Amino acid sequence: MPNSLVIRGLTKEYVPGKPVLSDIDLAFGETCINAIIGPSGTGKSTLIRCINRLVEPTSGEILFDGADLARLVGTPLRQARRHIGMVFQEYNLVERLTVMENLLCGRLGYVSAWKAWRRKFPTEDIERAFQLLDVVGLAGFAQRRADALSGGQRQRVGIARAVMQEPKLLLADEPTSSLDPKTSVEIMQLLADVARSRDIPVLINMHDVDLATRFADRIVGMSGGRVVFDGAPAGLSDAMLKQIYGGEDWLQ
Amino acid sequence: MKTGSPILISRADPFPKSLWPRVATVALVVYVIYACAQMEISWERVQTGLANAAHFFARLFPPNFARHELLVRGLLESLQIAVLASTLGILLALPIGLAGARNLMPPWASWPARALIVLARSLHPVIVAILFVKAVGFGALAGVLALTVASVGFIGKLFTEAIEEISSKQVEAVRATGAPFPSVLAFGVMPQVFSRFIGFATYQLDSNLRNSTMVGIVGAGGIGGTLFAAFQRFDYDFVCAILIAIISLIMLGEVLAAGVRAIFIDNATLPELFRRRGLPRRDRLVEDE
Repeated sequence: MPNSLVIRGLTKEYVPGKPVLSDIDLAFGETCINAIIGPSGTGKSTLIRCINRLVEPTSGEILFDGADLARLVGTPLRQARRHIGMVFQEYNLVERLTVMENLLCGRLGYVSAWKAWRRKFPTEDIERAFQLLDVVGLAGFAQRRADALSGGQRQRVGIARAVMQEPKLLLADEPTSSLDPKTSVEIMQLLADVARSRDIPVLINMHDVDLATRFADRIVGMSGGRVVFDGAPAGLSDAMLKQIYGGEDWLQ
Repeated sequence: MKTGSPILISRADPFPKSLWPRVATVALVVYVIYACAQMEISWERVQTGLANAAHFFARLFPPNFARHELLVRGLLESLQIAVLASTLGILLALPIGLAGARNLMPPWASWPARALIVLARSLHPVIVAILFVKAVGFGALAGVLALTVASVGFIGKLFTEAIEEISSKQVEAVRATGAPFPSVLAFGVMPQVFSRFIGFATYQLDSNLRNSTMVGIVGAGGIGGTLFAAFQRFDYDFVCAILIAIISLIMLGEVLAAGVRAIFIDNATLPELFRRRGLPRRDRLVEDE
């Protein structure tokens, strides 16, 4: 897999002296579906958001595509973000825009602002958007407004928007936490299909351990802002889960 | 202990009576009585006032439309003042209101913009109109400028607030795609505030229409000048005609504004607007009892 992401010594402190992430070292690129599991508030979300700089890292390096993402500012940062697709827990679609416009948001990094204001997107972008709607199972929804969709449909649009960017890396911040169990599996399947067909690594934060072990090639377990497990799902023992989440009653 | 009798446990009163609201209410009542006495508003004064009012209202009717040319010319000028001031004001308020939004703009941009908006809002349009009459001379230009200032203040403030209330999640998602700032505005911000902006703009047009009939009183153009002259000459029947004309104009403006809102906010098409006749139906949030 050509697109590797190397994180070295990544630390994030929202409040000085209280690190949410402490000295994280991780490398992605060998495996396609990477699940990051851990209790709430352990810095999974912060880790993902440091990578595309929606959150500013306090220190450390994030090497991707020949640049240190942690150091970029201005136009180089924007250009790096174009290659990193992101899927959000609450979908984060622009509610009052149509499905098509939401998909084309994924092209905003490539289209001039003047053309974007006038909705003058290249024909091939629009054609690809229609094809992607077929792929995610929303053919015929192009002109629907995003606020008229169900949760599962919204997340499909969210994934399609990320894929519109032609990303070299996909980030997903708890993409299934707001969805019912059946839809969660479908969304995970879609994410996995998309990542495998494009041969790009995807980093998925999640709560659901069963879903993670079912789909992931590799699982990173986090606790207290540190990586405590890193390996294939098969190696994730009950003892390990106990260490990640603490307590054991929930394992019964 | 008898069964069924309530066991009294001393707990904190869940609705504690607070002293200060009561004191404030009493103080307000006392002040109202004091102010009436101070300004010599007595029952006798109201009675003489009412007698005079009856005389005045009797002279208002029937309205006299004989000088309708003068009337129409004044009304049209008022309409032009309102439309020009609204257009100019909206065009200026957009960038200023955007610059004032602290969730999008750095402090060096938002503070001057906010200061400008406060300045535009601080004086009543009539006072601004007097200033402009002194500055650029009598006539409609002064009225247009005065109402433009008022529009910038009003729309600018509300637009700034609307932008500061938007969902950051939608903006974050657009930002994460690598979109440049103007594109983030076009796809992440504008869709969230556009319908509210249309609401502010139509409301301001409505308000400008009303105010444009008034700036004439201080010589800044429009029907107000005609109205003031008619008052001075005790042409009360003509005054009545002017008042009826103004009320009709404002009502017409109201209908037009409702139409604009229906088209932009409820996505109604023009034929739909005429077909359903009247305002869009609103679902009630409460049921009948």
